[in-house]
Amino acid sequence: MKPETKAVDIDRGIGDFAYPEVHVRDAGAGLSEKTIHYISDVKEDPDWVREFRLRGLKTFLEKPLPTHWASKDLEAIDFDKIRYYLSPGTTTKRSWDEVPDDIKRTFERLGIPEQERKFLAGVEAQFDSEAVYSNIKKAVGEQGVIFIGSTEGLKKHPEIFRKWFGKVIPIADNKFSALNSAVFSGGSFIYVPPGVKVKHPLQAYFRINAENFGQFERTLIIADEGSEVTYMEGCTAPKFETTTLHSAVVELVALKGAKIQYITVQNWSANVFNLVTKRGLAHEDAEIKWIDCNIGSRLTMKYPGVVLKGRKSRGEVLSIALANNGQHQDTGAKMIHAADETTSNIISKSISIGTGRATYRGLVHVPKHLKNCKNNTECDALLINATSRTDTYPAITVRGTGNAVQHEASVSQVSSEQIFYMQQRGLSEAQAMSLSVNGFVNDLVRQFPMEYSVELKRLIELEMEGSVG
Amino acid sequence: MNELRVDNLHVAIGDQQIVRGLSLAVPQGEVHAIMGPNGSGKSTLAKVMAGHPDYQVTKGKITMDGEDVLGMEADDRARKGLFLAFQYPSEIPGVTIANFLRAALQARLPEGEELEATEYYAKLYEKMELLGMDRSFTSRAVNEGFSGGEKKRTEILQLAMLEPKYAVLDETDSGLDIDALKVVARGVNTMRGANLGILLITHYQRLLNYIVPDHVHVMVAGRIVRSGGKDLALELEERGYDWARESAGEMAVTR
Repeated sequence: MKPETKAVDIDRGIGDFAYPEVHVRDAGAGLSEKTIHYISDVKEDPDWVREFRLRGLKTFLEKPLPTHWASKDLEAIDFDKIRYYLSPGTTTKRSWDEVPDDIKRTFERLGIPEQERKFLAGVEAQFDSEAVYSNIKKAVGEQGVIFIGSTEGLKKHPEIFRKWFGKVIPIADNKFSALNSAVFSGGSFIYVPPGVKVKHPLQAYFRINAENFGQFERTLIIADEGSEVTYMEGCTAPKFETTTLHSAVVELVALKGAKIQYITVQNWSANVFNLVTKRGLAHEDAEIKWIDCNIGSRLTMKYPGVVLKGRKSRGEVLSIALANNGQHQDTGAKMIHAADETTSNIISKSISIGTGRATYRGLVHVPKHLKNCKNNTECDALLINATSRTDTYPAITVRGTGNAVQHEASVSQVSSEQIFYMQQRGLSEAQAMSLSVNGFVNDLVRQFPMEYSVELKRLIELEMEGSVG
Repeated sequence: MNELRVDNLHVAIGDQQIVRGLSLAVPQGEVHAIMGPNGSGKSTLAKVMAGHPDYQVTKGKITMDGEDVLGMEADDRARKGLFLAFQYPSEIPGVTIANFLRAALQARLPEGEELEATEYYAKLYEKMELLGMDRSFTSRAVNEGFSGGEKKRTEILQLAMLEPKYAVLDETDSGLDIDALKVVARGVNTMRGANLGILLITHYQRLLNYIVPDHVHVMVAGRIVRSGGKDLALELEERGYDWARESAGEMAVTR
């Protein structure tokens, strides 16, 4: 029996609606070895994955919450109440027509099939724990590009998958990477063969529909020598009263001369703890660029990084964080220089509204023995109200004589005179605010692909409308 | 009658009375000038008319074509046709002139209607040419790093684009050299006509050589003490504000 549509709960946010749950597979609340075995059984994991998960669980339980440096708000997560695996029990479909109606309409409301037709080379759509849809344009597939869910990837392509999985971000990197290693499900596996340049972006869309749930996707992207790929991810969830946890691990490997661009526009609702570990490994002359936009969530902790392993490799993080009332965006970047002539660039812009709080944490490391390395770090914060807060913790260690570093930081405020000036031209207070915010991020957004800059602008407008008067 | 009207206006900041019983009417199609010394309350009047939230109107009213203005938010007043050219325009970092004016015009359209981009740019370039502004200006952030003259020109450009019914020009001449003043005056004069009422607020008579007003009012200590034709400005220039102050004193006694 189909659920009635009247159960749909709509609010003003774009992603804030939820259809009734349709899960057949449910690991139940709480986390123990039993949970791991349930997940491994359901997913028919190979033994090495089951062992990997169990090691993840052990490490997770051993490690304390990082509240000695991070927000005490982490203590509000009740790990015993969260459900770690939920899925409709169907396989991933290659065509939208085969996706169950009640799930398909969620993605239709979010505009995913439409975007796919318009400008994407491939799409994966994840609903709670599993990918429900995954497809790649024929021409791209024929070039040997692999774009599938990680569960499928580890079974079908173990020779590539196993070589890199857990190597860029080891289980014990931090408490949440350990948690993800224990219960991971969904996420993308991408392999681009040598020399192949994927023209259009591949996109994944992560949707949380269920309450008291944790989503733990695991993404692994390998760009072989001289190849290029752009991957974009979007995230939404409905606004529930209860806590939702999103804890992903994303590993990128750019082999010699390859380029990976990874773009995130995250718009989680205000009950989501978004604790994500993202890191790339750049080989000789390779380039990894993270574009990271964090709009929603209750607490986001995310510091995309690049390990510059090969000579002349380049790493870049461009990030925008918007912290509205009651939200804390604790974001930043890590650049680990491990070879000569490596360069890194970090540009971070944060906006705090109402009681929102933005924290920038940066880590740039250039050891003494390296030569001709360069880093540029810029972090700018914009405060909208007197109650808004921003903090900056840049940790830059550059040793050796032949290395250069440049660091700039600024804090500015939207003044009431500026708002009055704009209102006098006929803009409402909310329009004036959102224009100011767009102006603040403008030079950075210009570097984003068009479709994403438009989307971002729209999200900022929605946030500002909701926060004024 | 179509006019911007101020009746017995009293304005305070905290305990301090700045405007004390000011009355004035600017009909559409006329140019009125308010002259006054520093501290007479001229700029306060301009800001109150535009709806600045820091000032408190303790008494009196302001109407536009008969409609009460004081109850409206600043942006409502603007969309209904009231424009203020600021003495000190704000900078809006990162927002280009083209995008800003586009947003302002878009805000005047009914919901669901989109501004036509080609027409918009055609009009923008035409008005910029009139004001001797290079086209590259459209991609500069509003007032950011502008010279005093560039800021004032940008104010007049906005006036020309937004086509209000009433425009209050607050010390638009301040900080301008004679060439810039002529350009700004030419811009304002082109817009003069039956559809626009202008209130020029100025300290000096100089501006009025280039924008010749229909009426001149002298403001001292928060009220109009003398009104007359354009010759009043010349008389004031010659005799000084003390003369006007004495007149104010006389008025206070005779009332």
